[in-house]
Amino acid sequence: MADALRLEALLDNLEALLDFVAARAKALDVPPELAGRVRLVLEELLVNVCNYAYAGSGARGGAEPDSPGLVEVRCLRRVGGQATNLFCVRIRDWGSPFDPLTREAPDTGAGLDERPVGGLGILLAVEMADHLDYCREPDANVLTACFIMNPTANHP
Amino acid sequence: MEFTTNKIGGYAVLEASGRMDAVTAGEFEKACGELMDAGETRIVADLTGVDYISSAGLRSILSSAKKLRGMSGEIRFCGLTGMVNDVFTVSGFAAMFKLFDTAADAAQD
Repeated sequence: MADALRLEALLDNLEALLDFVAARAKALDVPPELAGRVRLVLEELLVNVCNYAYAGSGARGGAEPDSPGLVEVRCLRRVGGQATNLFCVRIRDWGSPFDPLTREAPDTGAGLDERPVGGLGILLAVEMADHLDYCREPDANVLTACFIMNPTANHP
Repeated sequence: MEFTTNKIGGYAVLEASGRMDAVTAGEFEKACGELMDAGETRIVADLTGVDYISSAGLRSILSSAKKLRGMSGEIRFCGLTGMVNDVFTVSGFAAMFKLFDTAADAAQD
């Protein structure tokens, strides 16, 4: 199986992207108990890309000028700090520069009447991933979400 | 998602199952809306069968809760497990709503 999948950044493709990551996680021996968190973080980040990455700008990365832009997910295993095994998913889009992690976090202490509807997606992604970072490549936004699998056998 | 409804005391109990995600969350709001249309303003959402919820699910819950508040009604929850419980905690929904173990507990008073 390829370790990356690139599709048009449309909500209609969300299931396919999430199912691809789930299948890759399984193939890379990610513990099943992480599956829910991985899906949640990826859903939030991908919905964000589908809704905003290509909004208001000419789509780039698409096969044709008028087609929606593309989004790519790539899965890998990495050894992180303190020799932890990490499962990482990298999301890349070719839209305008945008770092969703710099947006102000919503007030989770507000009551029902004060709460705006929405704005919780990035908060959930930040809280549920073990590491989440953004970087801008010359022509792409890159978000990397990592999940600690377990300490390596050599460093219990 | 799948839904069944029943009544315990003055509460309509909405048993939901499946995933509440960006694709399906609107179904929850619709199911609540149908109960409101039928005159129910006190709802217990039993999430025992829900194994996944994302911000889209929270959005449909919040939207339904605000409508119920506008009708002087209320929504409470029971049966939160696993990551659904975690998401309620992280988002502050666990503090904003009344949570119970079972529908019978939720439908008292």
